[in-house]
Order: sequence, then structure tokens, then C-alpha cells
Amino acid sequence: MKLNKTIIALAISALVLSACSDTDEKDTSLLDGNLNANSGINDASTSGLNKGYGMNGSAMSGNGDYASTLGPEFNDPNNPLSKRTIYFMLDSSEVMPDFINVISAHSQYLIANPAQHITLEGNGDERGSREYNIALGEQRAKSVASLMKARGVSESQLNIVSYGEEKPAVLGNNEAAWEKNRRVEVAYQPR
Amino acid sequence: MSFFNKVLFLIAFNLFVQNSHAALTIEISEGVSSALPVAIVPFSSTGAPVNISAVVNADLERSGYFKMMAEQAMPSKPNAASAVNFNEWQAASQNYLVIGQLADAGGGQYNIQFQLFDVYKSGQLLGYRMTSTAADLRKTAHHISDLIFEKLTGKKGVFSGRIAYITTTNPASKQQSHQLQVADADGFNPQTIATSVEPLMSPSWSPDGKKIAYVSFERKTAAIYVQTLASGERARVAEFPGINGAPAWSPDGTRLALTLSKDGSPDIFILNLSTHALTKLTRSFSIDTEPSWSPDGNSIVFTSDRGGKPQIYIVSSQGGEEKRLTFSGSYNARASFSPDGRNLVMVHGNGNDYRIAVMDMSNKSINVLTSGRSDESPSFAPNGSMILYASKKGGTAFLSAVSIDGKIQQRLLFNSGEVREPSWGP
Repeated sequence: MKLNKTIIALAISALVLSACSDTDEKDTSLLDGNLNANSGINDASTSGLNKGYGMNGSAMSGNGDYASTLGPEFNDPNNPLSKRTIYFMLDSSEVMPDFINVISAHSQYLIANPAQHITLEGNGDERGSREYNIALGEQRAKSVASLMKARGVSESQLNIVSYGEEKPAVLGNNEAAWEKNRRVEVAYQPR
Repeated sequence: MSFFNKVLFLIAFNLFVQNSHAALTIEISEGVSSALPVAIVPFSSTGAPVNISAVVNADLERSGYFKMMAEQAMPSKPNAASAVNFNEWQAASQNYLVIGQLADAGGGQYNIQFQLFDVYKSGQLLGYRMTSTAADLRKTAHHISDLIFEKLTGKKGVFSGRIAYITTTNPASKQQSHQLQVADADGFNPQTIATSVEPLMSPSWSPDGKKIAYVSFERKTAAIYVQTLASGERARVAEFPGINGAPAWSPDGTRLALTLSKDGSPDIFILNLSTHALTKLTRSFSIDTEPSWSPDGNSIVFTSDRGGKPQIYIVSSQGGEEKRLTFSGSYNARASFSPDGRNLVMVHGNGNDYRIAVMDMSNKSINVLTSGRSDESPSFAPNGSMILYASKKGGTAFLSAVSIDGKIQQRLLFNSGEVREPSWGP
């Protein structure tokens, strides 16, 4: 065993002496070399922090419910324009038949209002890895976009972003929450 | 020492470490059955702002390799080698003994001295004398832990390292805020290096530990930033249409592998950070994402669903044939290499549960290490002994660590907010 080689079997008093000389030998090399070299890190990060990359001001979402200001049809529960979330099955980006009429209604509105832009925000549930869920969320948003384009919506009206599992609609670790989070949100952009 | 298994050791640092700013507490939920008994006698000190011996004690206990002797059980409390009576420590069944002193040297400096003894051989294994500023006392303590750990286990200690992670405050409200934080490996000294109301993701350390690449949605679109920790200065290195994600540093620090969907489906690209040249590495029509470099820089592993379900593939970092690596389990994602390149850690799913698994590269066998329902974002410690990952239970997100053999489990409990995507720095 390696330890044996480093241990000198002497009387305790003798050992203590050797211990102290051992201490002295290693003294400065350790210190100044390692610890002081690292010591700048904390202060530096703090100054990095103080210089600030707080994005609170610029990044506030301003279009949360912009669509509801576009007209009464966007608030009428009987009108498909009032539905601006399209849900998906687990690990799937295929649009379910239930949501075709919602996509068609928004498509018609966009065709009639060519100056209107929307962002299709793809999202996923919390299961699996985060970057893979970003990719899955983008696939979902692209599925919706391609149905809209097939109905005649101009590509220039459509913007896509995927938030993966980063912006859950509902918090929770169960299927009831997950099914509400596997979604594409149709976000109308202020004109 | 089988009683050590399955016993919960709650180490509430803020209970016995004064003047500290604890971001988290760490539970060791399972340790090795052969944990070595070690006694750390409280160091003599004169009004030092940090209880160094308590920090060392907590570090070693948290590692799972040691069974630390409670202070009340100690037969004596020597601070000098001349006062050590090995017989009484042998009688107390301790294999190793640490003693030390801390003295105010004036001018904000402290002199620290410690010695590690083999109790049964009645001999010194280590002895160091060091000086430290008051501000660096915790760092010095972690350094002492590293020295003791390496002497007793033969493995490099990781107590001096740092971790990066993402936290979210007010996760349930519209006022939520995301922070990228860097903290010591024991969760102390947390520092926020970026804050955004829009998501932050995928922190990745540069190999020299001086920079972190990450994804930010602060402009309502995904972009990759590289931030220098010392100055806080940062550069936006990728903001193409679509996904800009999963940055991973090459081992030489000159390039980032990343995921872009600007050409349609997400593919792996390599961005040269000095020339800004962008090279496309994969070209499938499926999802290719989560690149990670082999330690020699020659290969890149990534996640792809080209076979229907996400699985791990490998390709030369120069491009070429892409080979599938994982065949067991319906979901394998976010792989990364151990520092020695012999193992891959990944998220391994069976349809219901997502757990952390390690694949032996020599025979491709997969060993599932964790038992959560939603474990993700595994990250190797620099010495390859432990894997840090994110977990969820009962609506709470927390960080955990597991040894590569699954025998040591730790849970890191943050005081508030959600915490995820841990990344162990060099």
C-alpha cells in the first residue's frame, strides 16, 4: 500500500518533529500557487453581476392578451378564434383533428388581415431532456405553421419560437399538468 | 458499517457554520458501506469568520466516503501533534484524525495549519501550513478537504470546484424570473451572473472555468451567449432563425458545438469562436441536438430521433458516418462523456420514468443509477466520481448527485425557488 511508504514508524515524539518539518516544506508552494490564484474569482463574478445582465426591463412580455383586444370574436367562447392554444399528444407534433377548426379560423383571420403577425410558441411537458423538448416544441409550432400556410397564410405573417418545457402553462408533475403543457400558443403580435 | 446505508444524514450547514450564506443544504441519502471513520478535531481559532474544520467535516461527510466522528464523542480535542494520544483514537475506532489551528495574522490574513494522521499507524500522512485572506477562508477549507480526500481515497477531490445552475423565482406566477447562478460545490457563495424574465437554459462551462455559454430567450427568441465570469462581459455568438441551443465547449476551448434549426430540422453545428466560422456536422431531417465532445475532442455524441425515438449517436467532430450508440430503452438523451472518456452519462427513459444512466463505452452496457420519475441534465464532476443532476419530487425541483457506481446518493436542497440544469465546473 502506498501509505506505508510515506509513513515512518518512529516514536510519537519523533513523528511530531518530522510532521512539523513536513509542514514547513510544503508551506508556500501550496498557498501562493493555488489559493491566491483562485481568489480573484469571487470578487470578479460579483463585479460581473453588478455590471448587470438583468434583462427585466427589456424582456417583459407585452403581448400577453393582445388578441382579446382585436375584436369580440376573439372573446366569444363559441368562436374558434377565442381558442388560441393547440394541444398535442405525448412526444408527438401531429395536430389532432379537434384543433383543425381552430387553425382554420386563425388562418382565415390572418388572410383577411395581412398586416397581422402571429408568433406560434411551441411548448412541451417537463418529461425528458430540456433541449430535446425545445426541438419537439419547434416541431409542434412548425406543424401548426404548415397547416396555416396550406390554408393560404403568408409565411411572412408567421413567426416561430420554441420554449420547450421552459414556460409551463401549469405547474405539476402529473398527466393533468403535462397535457396542458404540450401545446402551441397562437400569440397575436401588436400591429 | 452497513448501518451507514440508507441512513439520512442531514447536514444543515447554516446551523453550525457561522456567517455563511447558505443557498442549499445537502443530504447524503446513501453512502458507501465501507465509509472510513475520520475524526476532525475542531481547529483552535481566534475569532475567524469561518469555522474551517466544520466546513472540512461537512465536505468529507457529503462525499459519502467517510463516517465523520461527532464532536461530542471525541475523547480529547488536541490542536497540536504533541497533544495527540493515538491510543484513545484507536479505542474510539477512528482510522484517521485531523487536527489544526487557525490564527489571525493581522492585516486580514489568517495562518492555517493542519495535519492528517493515520491513527493505527500512529503517523502523519499530511501536514500543511497556509495563509488565507478572511474572504478566502471557505476556499481554503475546501482546498484542505481536497488534500485529505485525495490522500485517503487516491482520487482528486472536487470540493474546490464550482457549479452553475438555473433557478426560477415565483415559478407559478407571471412575474417569474430566471437566474443563471454560480456557486461553490457545496452551494455556498451563490452569485447570479444573468437574470431574465424569459427562460435561461443550458449553461456550459469553458474548459478553463473562466466562461459560461448559455441560451437566453431575453429577446423573445433563442440566442446563445458566452459570458466571462470575471468581468461579466458577454457576447452573443448565435442568434439564427429558429433554435439556437445546447452549447457545448470543445475540450480545447476554441469551438462550441451547438444546435441550430435555421436550415429546417435541428442539426448539430460547430462554431469556431475566434473565426466565427460555422460548420454543419449533421444533416438528418430529424431532430439532432444535445451535442457533447469526447475528452480528446475527436468525437461528438448527440441525441437524434431519426430512428423514431430519441437515441444517442456518435460522429467524428470532423464529420462523417453517424453511428447509433444506444439500443436499450425507448428514450436516451443528453449524453456526455466521463472525464476519462470511458463512460457516457445520459437521461434514460422507459416511457414513464426518466432516470440517469451510465453506459460503459467498451461494451455498451447501460447501468441505471437513479430512481426518480423525472431526472435530467446529468453532469460529471471533474474527477469523474460523481454525477450532478436535476430531479423533481412532489412539485419541487432540486439537485442531486450520485456516484458513478450508484452507491452514493446526495440531495441538494435549495432554500427557495426552482433549481435545474446543474453543470459542474472545472
